[in-house]
Amino acid sequence: MSERQGNQGGRPVGAPNVARGFSYDEPLIFEHSRPGRVGFSLADCDVPEVDPAEVLGAAAVREDALTLPEVSEVEVMRHFTRLSTWNAAVDFGLYPLGSCTMKYNPRVNERVAALPGFAQAHPLQPPALSQGFLELAWRLERGLAEVSGMDAVSLQPAAGAQGELVGMMMIRAYFADRGEVRTKVLVPDSAHGTNPASAALNAYEVVTVLTGDDGLLHPDEVEKAMAPDVAGLMLTNPNTLGLFETRIAEIADVVHRQGGLIYGDGANLNAILGVARPGDLGIDVMHFNLHKTFSTPHGGGGPGAGPVGVKALLEPYLPRPVITRNGDDAGADADEIGGLDFERPKSIGRVHGNFGNVGMFVRAWAYLRALGPEGLRRCAEMAVLNANYLLARLGDTFFVPYPGRVMHECILSDRHLADTGVTTLDVAKRLIDHGYHPPTIYFPLVVEGAIMIEPTESEPKEGLDRFIEALLAIEREAHADPETVKTAPHTTRHNRLDETRAARKPVLRWEPPEGE
Amino acid sequence: MADYEFPEDCRYTDGDEWLRPEGDGVRVGISDYAQCQLGDVVFVELPEVGATLEKGKSFGAIESVKAVSDLFAPVSGSVIAVNGALEDAPEKVNEACYGDGWILVLKPDDPGEVESLMDAAAYRAHVAARED
Repeated sequence: MSERQGNQGGRPVGAPNVARGFSYDEPLIFEHSRPGRVGFSLADCDVPEVDPAEVLGAAAVREDALTLPEVSEVEVMRHFTRLSTWNAAVDFGLYPLGSCTMKYNPRVNERVAALPGFAQAHPLQPPALSQGFLELAWRLERGLAEVSGMDAVSLQPAAGAQGELVGMMMIRAYFADRGEVRTKVLVPDSAHGTNPASAALNAYEVVTVLTGDDGLLHPDEVEKAMAPDVAGLMLTNPNTLGLFETRIAEIADVVHRQGGLIYGDGANLNAILGVARPGDLGIDVMHFNLHKTFSTPHGGGGPGAGPVGVKALLEPYLPRPVITRNGDDAGADADEIGGLDFERPKSIGRVHGNFGNVGMFVRAWAYLRALGPEGLRRCAEMAVLNANYLLARLGDTFFVPYPGRVMHECILSDRHLADTGVTTLDVAKRLIDHGYHPPTIYFPLVVEGAIMIEPTESEPKEGLDRFIEALLAIEREAHADPETVKTAPHTTRHNRLDETRAARKPVLRWEPPEGE
Repeated sequence: MADYEFPEDCRYTDGDEWLRPEGDGVRVGISDYAQCQLGDVVFVELPEVGATLEKGKSFGAIESVKAVSDLFAPVSGSVIAVNGALEDAPEKVNEACYGDGWILVLKPDDPGEVESLMDAAAYRAHVAARED
């Protein structure tokens, strides 16, 4: 077992796991294992036994039993519950990870998602027995289309990155269908790393377009890179610097004039909800991160969902099946209103089993309906106000690489701390001692030592003020006592981990102790 | 500007690689400035010996605790040796970027291409301009 720093000396007798009162240390589940201990009991087999080697082939059958932990149910429950108390979570406090939109997930979403008609539905139920879900999915597609100015939406992709991949697959299918050979995709240097990856996975050569000194993309730079062999441009608006691409309409014109398409990375959609629509700005295809903008959980509580929206010209290429609705046809049977259309000859095909991560659709729909159009707009306004408030109060103390108004997130850097030896990483680690999950650091790559803070609309002013005070205190401390900052965190279960050693010599699995 | 090393016997690219001619080949690595910017290097993805590189195209990647960066071919040519020691000891790039931390040896298609790259003084000025 590794050394546990917070637990040296005075370990209470008889309670080996207690570090501080009810704060528990917890070994690996394998270390709980005792031979023969089980957490289940199976009824006697009442069907004829089958020899796996006979039906699967001997080669497919293990000779030795798998070394799995042997533990009781209560030990499993305690193990994972204790681990869960080590988590930072938006339900504990501010979680200002820039570009990730860690907004609060309202509990009404969970209540709706737990309705038995959704929670217990089987994905292979025929459409006649899935009318409730099909209606919700169809409405969510329309809702997302309305918010984004797109003509059609597919809910299938499982996350933003897959949404991007699917979007680029549709662009590729579109040009193949037209018999056009286009081999390149333009990506600004401030882009999320997934953008060039999605283009490259579609066999496009990525051409980097430089952003200007103001952090924005300029039409003349795009013009220089644009050519008849360029399939399109991928961009994020607001961009990763938290700035609104003010010249996006002109940029879209430049690309469209030569027959290219614009991919919109929807990662930062939260900043413009109900205020500006990507479809109106010239974007042809985009993804939505339901776990960012539409308040579904980020992992842990559930998988992601990254629906894609397209303008009409890409609609034939959407993943299939497409959800259909015959509700306007008078006389349709109630159990035939929602349906599935598999007859999509130009479709890029299925990109997820069944319908996608359905539980997330229910939560996102609940969120859309709970807020309504006015509420969504207010959400964007508050997110932008919060980010600007942070910047206004921190901008005099920390270095601000792109001064001025921002959208939903703001970027500071460690440049003014250069003479103290304290870096962005140290500031982030020290924030943990103040009880905050650190913001995103060292991204975007175009800002050296970036500290990227996205407070989201969820945070009240008092919460922002406390976070600001923590950052200001760290800045003062960096000058007065840099060593304390450079060795942070100090109040955590483990002190600073050796990330370099972890990356160079990773220990990827547990091994039984020698001699066992 | 911080105190970086710029050995006089090397040529440099604006992608922060150095080249040192030896025999028919040139040895290639990343500059002191580049390794400082990257921080602790944890992995270097190397090409195969015999691979053909095209100037300006990515031939591998270097991963640090901060970021993954592409490595770009400084000139066109074929790979005649790679520094396999980096597989187990990527820290050599930080410890001795101009020595044991070399990345590969390249046989340039056109030796004149090497001569057209920045010398130490020009590269020093290039880094200084970026630091401002």
